[in-house]
Amino acid sequence: MSTDTHAAGAHDHHHDDGHAHSTFSGYMLGFVLSVVLTAIPFWLVMSGVLPSKQITALVIMAFAVVQIVVHMVYFLHMNAKSENGWTMMALIFTIVMVVIALSGSLWVMSHLNSNMMPIHQMSGMK
Amino acid sequence: MTVAVNPTQTGEPLFYLADEHPHPEGYSTSLGFWIYLMSDCLIFAMLFATFGVLGANYAAGPAPKDLFDLDLVAVNTSMLLLSSITYGFAMLTMQQNKVAQTQIWLAITGLFGLAFIGIELTEFAHMIHEGATPQRSAFLSAFFTLVGTHGLHVTCGIIWLVTLMVQVGKFGLIEANRRRLMCLSMFWHFLDVVWIGVFTFVYLLGVLR
Repeated sequence: MSTDTHAAGAHDHHHDDGHAHSTFSGYMLGFVLSVVLTAIPFWLVMSGVLPSKQITALVIMAFAVVQIVVHMVYFLHMNAKSENGWTMMALIFTIVMVVIALSGSLWVMSHLNSNMMPIHQMSGMK
Repeated sequence: MTVAVNPTQTGEPLFYLADEHPHPEGYSTSLGFWIYLMSDCLIFAMLFATFGVLGANYAAGPAPKDLFDLDLVAVNTSMLLLSSITYGFAMLTMQQNKVAQTQIWLAITGLFGLAFIGIELTEFAHMIHEGATPQRSAFLSAFFTLVGTHGLHVTCGIIWLVTLMVQVGKFGLIEANRRRLMCLSMFWHFLDVVWIGVFTFVYLLGVLR
């Protein structure tokens, strides 16, 4: 970013803000990739071309993960160097928390659900 | 960063971090804002987990297949995607110090954001009109909370965007305004990332079920 007017040149070790690298080609590449990665899952679900629902579900989840990474890299300009790596640290910590919370909730609650007494038996006990 | 030991006259050693050199204003803003976004990410993770647990509990009410119109969701998704790239263009013109063009791209971004909110509210109104209200089933409660929270974020983003357009109009692309536009850029793209999760896990997987 050549026109950037950072006030202090004295601060060498705080300079890489991570937002200095946005370019037209970067945004366009990210946009085209996002459009493709959005269009394919919609098409898969709307046309139902894949033989089973499980496969379709797995494929569109994989597309979502890839698209999230694309957005992180091309739109949010994530890299391991910005802010001396602290943004990446915060992101990794958050991902760990999210994975634990999501997988834990779904796992525990599905077990609870499958071990609960079905409703028709419960109404018979009244 | 060095530990300063005993610079005083009394002879007693002083232990503290001599990291007192002045920082330029707002030098830590982008990291701080990133950490806010990560905490926001946790909020959405909780809402996704809730939806994941309750998403199949229809209480004999309408299911995603009866409610969701994927064409509309696709249009909505493209609105948000387009607003992301136009915000990117606003950032690029900001880097080149072109005030008028930055304002135009920000305005276009705001219009796409408004279109997104408009379509979403239409969808909500349609669902509520059909009796699929948030209190109808656990699935619908979780759906409206998750998608509504995202919509609320986008609404706040639009208000913020208008505020910044007024700021840029008044003061130009000064350092403070660049920093604010930078934060809104992160916020806006982050909301797009959350929307990827919403359209995949709520809409596409819902219709697939």
